Amino acid sequence: MPFGQGRSGGGRGKKDDKKAGEKGGQRRTLFRRRKVCKFCADKIDDINYKDVKLIGPFVPERGKILPRRISGTCAMHQRKLQTAIKRARQIALIPYVTD
Amino acid sequence: MSDRQYELVYILPPDSTEAQVAELHTQIEAAVSKMNGVIEKTENWGRRKLAYEIGHNKEGVYVLDVINGSGELMKELDRRLRVMDQVIRHMVVRVDEEKRVVERTRSKRQADSERRRVKRGLPPVRQPGEGRPTESEDMDDDRFDGVEV
Repeated sequence: MPFGQGRSGGGRGKKDDKKAGEKGGQRRTLFRRRKVCKFCADKIDDINYKDVKLIGPFVPERGKILPRRISGTCAMHQRKLQTAIKRARQIALIPYVTD
Repeated sequence: MSDRQYELVYILPPDSTEAQVAELHTQIEAAVSKMNGVIEKTENWGRRKLAYEIGHNKEGVYVLDVINGSGELMKELDRRLRVMDQVIRHMVVRVDEEKRVVERTRSKRQADSERRRVKRGLPPVRQPGEGRPTESEDMDDDRFDGVEV
């Protein structure tokens, strides 16, 4: 950063940088929404393969099952969701693949 | 062991008539009652679009049967449906265990909430107009959804 040096002393510049970095970090944590398991939050006990409306959002365009790291679903509900989706696929309520 | 409960879903071609659907249903009913089973409920979902083509059909008539019976019965039904060519797809799922689990978690949650409410000196059931009015789920946060790093 040869241009930034002219502004003030080296030491201070460094300090500012650090501050900015911290701010960035905070912003990151602030703006990322905490993901919550939909089924835990809405208290849905039964994930049924017949309920396409419920399962639908977890099967994006392509037809793959939405991973947990993206949907934020908890492990237990993801497991139940998985069986429900696979069953729904068998009876053609949800596609296996779509190109 | 006839306390098991199964769900049978089968799909008929879209051009099948009411009579054909009824006939198949009576066939299934006969098979079920022959092996000491009971059809608890029948739902006809009617014509639905299939998510993918099954044997050049783009639509299908869905029928759901909830059957109480033994595993042998379902095995037999499964075998028969596999042979029938007027059924384009079918699936058998055992549901009684899952149902029980759902029931248990639901009642447990209710009991827990009642216990907690009583502990706080409130009536066990939520009164109308109690608590926060429909939460506007962190509204101002939404517009940053795309900015995620």
